[in-house]
Amino acid sequence: MKTQRDARDFSRRSFIVATAAAAGGLAIGVRFPLGSRPAEAQPAADGAEVHAWVVVKPDDTCVIRIARSEMGQGTRTGLAQLVAEELECDWKKVTTESITPGQNLARQRVWGEMSTGGSRGIRTSQDYVRRGGAAARMMLLQAAADEWKVPVSEVSVASGVITHAGSSRKTTYGKVAAAAAKLTPPDPKNITLKNPKDWKIAGRPMKRLDTADKLNGSQVYAIDVKLPGMLHAAIKACPVFGGKLASYDESKIAGRPGLRGVVKVNESTVAVVADTWWRAKSALEALPIVWDEGAGASASSATIAKHLEDGLAASDAYAFRNEGDAVAAISGAAKRVEAVYSTPFLAHATMEPMNCTVKISADRAECWVPTQNSEASLAALSEQSGVPLAKCEVYRHDLGGGFGRRGGNQDYVRQAVDIAKQFPGVPVKMIWSREEDMAHDFYRPISQCRLAAGLDEKGALVGLHVRISGQSINAFVNPALVANGQDARQLQGYTDKPGDAQLGYTVPNLLIEYAMRNTHVPVGPWRGVNTNQNAVYIECFVEEVARAAGADSLEFRRALMAKHPKHLAVLNAAADKGGWGKPLPAGVHRGVAQFMGYGSYSAAVAEVSVSREGAVKVHRMVLALDCGHAVNPDQIAAQVEGSVAYGLSAAFYGECTVSNGRMTELNFDRYQILRLAEMPKVETVIVPTYDFWGGVGEPTISVVTPAVLNAVFAATGKPVRSLPLKNVKLV
Amino acid sequence: MAKLNINGRIRDVQVEAETPLLWVIREHVGLTGTKYGCGVAQCGACSVHLNGEVVRSCMLPVGGLKATDKIVTIEGLSATSSHPVQKAWAEVDVPQCGYCQSGQIMAAAALLRKKPRPTDRDIDEAMTNICRCGTYQRIRAAVHLAAGRKQA
Repeated sequence: MKTQRDARDFSRRSFIVATAAAAGGLAIGVRFPLGSRPAEAQPAADGAEVHAWVVVKPDDTCVIRIARSEMGQGTRTGLAQLVAEELECDWKKVTTESITPGQNLARQRVWGEMSTGGSRGIRTSQDYVRRGGAAARMMLLQAAADEWKVPVSEVSVASGVITHAGSSRKTTYGKVAAAAAKLTPPDPKNITLKNPKDWKIAGRPMKRLDTADKLNGSQVYAIDVKLPGMLHAAIKACPVFGGKLASYDESKIAGRPGLRGVVKVNESTVAVVADTWWRAKSALEALPIVWDEGAGASASSATIAKHLEDGLAASDAYAFRNEGDAVAAISGAAKRVEAVYSTPFLAHATMEPMNCTVKISADRAECWVPTQNSEASLAALSEQSGVPLAKCEVYRHDLGGGFGRRGGNQDYVRQAVDIAKQFPGVPVKMIWSREEDMAHDFYRPISQCRLAAGLDEKGALVGLHVRISGQSINAFVNPALVANGQDARQLQGYTDKPGDAQLGYTVPNLLIEYAMRNTHVPVGPWRGVNTNQNAVYIECFVEEVARAAGADSLEFRRALMAKHPKHLAVLNAAADKGGWGKPLPAGVHRGVAQFMGYGSYSAAVAEVSVSREGAVKVHRMVLALDCGHAVNPDQIAAQVEGSVAYGLSAAFYGECTVSNGRMTELNFDRYQILRLAEMPKVETVIVPTYDFWGGVGEPTISVVTPAVLNAVFAATGKPVRSLPLKNVKLV
Repeated sequence: MAKLNINGRIRDVQVEAETPLLWVIREHVGLTGTKYGCGVAQCGACSVHLNGEVVRSCMLPVGGLKATDKIVTIEGLSATSSHPVQKAWAEVDVPQCGYCQSGQIMAAAALLRKKPRPTDRDIDEAMTNICRCGTYQRIRAAVHLAAGRKQA
């Protein structure tokens, strides 16, 4: 009996760093203990740790611990707002501190999950970080009450100043923090959190806490790390995916300035190490390398497209949703609409290229890295170096962009470890060139989609058949996981289940299928992941069907959404603010789209013109979002604006094409990115309903492209069925 | 070997003449606010001022520079983040990840020196640096705000 309970206890308290499903990473078989009890207070360097989430300094500064990675999405500020709200401290005296995965491990994971992806940073930790702030407040008040020898019910706090009503005595958090830190924290279950209606710090458009250092060059990204005696590494992996390193001729670069060595990193990768990165990179470029390119070398965009086309009609598809009889309903319909859509591979192209600095000593391994999942970085560091977890540490730096690239795939950490192992005791900073970054991404998966719809005599949708053929992220991460091809993740946004990524339409006869067609190209999550492609397919096709029915784009959608009031409310919010149906300047046309992902509801209205030469100009976009709780409206708007830029870069220019088994777009000259001049005016409408917690970083990107393409359709009378737009002849 | 005037200080650096200014600034002088983004003068993360003009330093070999050429990096734009562009950037809360912002700020500062009251079209033409987070709308607003401040 005892043994059984212990076993249960262990499984409940342990956690495998398996980021596969959520963040697209490799499952790493390292167990981290899960803390279910409050960790004992640790002495803080300067100030008292009242609670794991809160350190209070004698000068009343409240240091709020942050477990999630900040990569621009504002999670550092948002999480601090939530803790500060319950703490009742002075927002002007709030600073933040990033905890490390080593600290988290050493303290039984008291700070919970650190992985930052899938727009989960705030929504999946809001409850326990708020309880942490509230617990600290209760302890600080108790400490003041103890000092004054009065019941705690007689003391109150405002902005970190504690008052005893009866005697008008006052003290501050900084003065009672040391005493508070010695108290037993309250049971989190007995804490009542504030009603969002009463929020004073959360829910407000607070300025970001991390801006100042980004304005004067003092922000230290991982790529900027300086360590005594540090060496630099430039790296090159076989440009053909799956290919290997055959040989290289080190003698040809011997004697180059600053050169410290050439390292075979792994079976497909070589690195040059020098005293500066520029010297390492120059030497690497001069190094003759022979690749064994392997079977992948025969692949091209054309062969991949053909492989996917096969999946559009093949009999091996997985029926994800099969309601009524869609095939019969469509074939018997008064009017039928059919189309095939396609979307390409895309690279993340974070502004800060992949980099990682590693130092391996006899009994310690350390790394400095931009990572969305620092616990996965810690696991990779330990596994690759052979140094036990407890003797490893990861110093995570705020990232110069993430977008899904730096999550579970710790490829660059493993490479840096393999290089540093050759230089014991010496820190080695590995930086990828932009070309390496574009050649070895985990790309947004390629797919095609065949759609068919049937309309009755009155123009009502009676049947819809969606067949996606394309690559699976889960299959790349772990082929065994989806060996049967039943990968619901590739159908993100099409589920009937409420809460996360539900299709907003009700169709009497509906068939949604997926034919898994994998390629040799590595794939992974890319801001919005599969909601991007799937929103284009359904929302552009619904536009085609609406036009075939002779219906207004908005009214046609509304008629399908009666059973999805939240989707509908957001669509209506975008339409209202976007002035749907109101006159536009000559030559300007509107398009609309709605979709759900990451627990949030999004809709967009785009205003677009198409020149006589076929050039598309997006003038204005209105985006509406219901993310449940709005923690910082200004930062939500910033994420929406950013999603428009990231989405439009993809819509206009984004494609990674394969030739001779490798990527052909290797820098920003060919992989074009939207520039300021092309940025439309973006208006964000936040319609939070405060009955759920949804994501913010990713949801809205899905509706950007379909809204624009539908406006282009309105302008030209022709649907756009393949991306990017630069390849489409519009006139 | 090169003699460079960076942020008003003469620096002697032992480098090959073909080394791009970016890497001299980052690796030899040790100022890391100027960023590497592409190495082919496309993204502008490496933007600095050279004799008052904004230049992309990642393709500029130091061998062609003289000690009389005045190079200003983000660290030298102002001592206390008090340049009107930096103040406007803070007020509008422009940065997200922030990696490109040194370059954006240097480009904006150079624009305002030439055109104290830029039009939207001037901003379109001058502000061509890439931002992957997509802060463009706020960059435009902040440039206008900084221009207003300068006038005031």
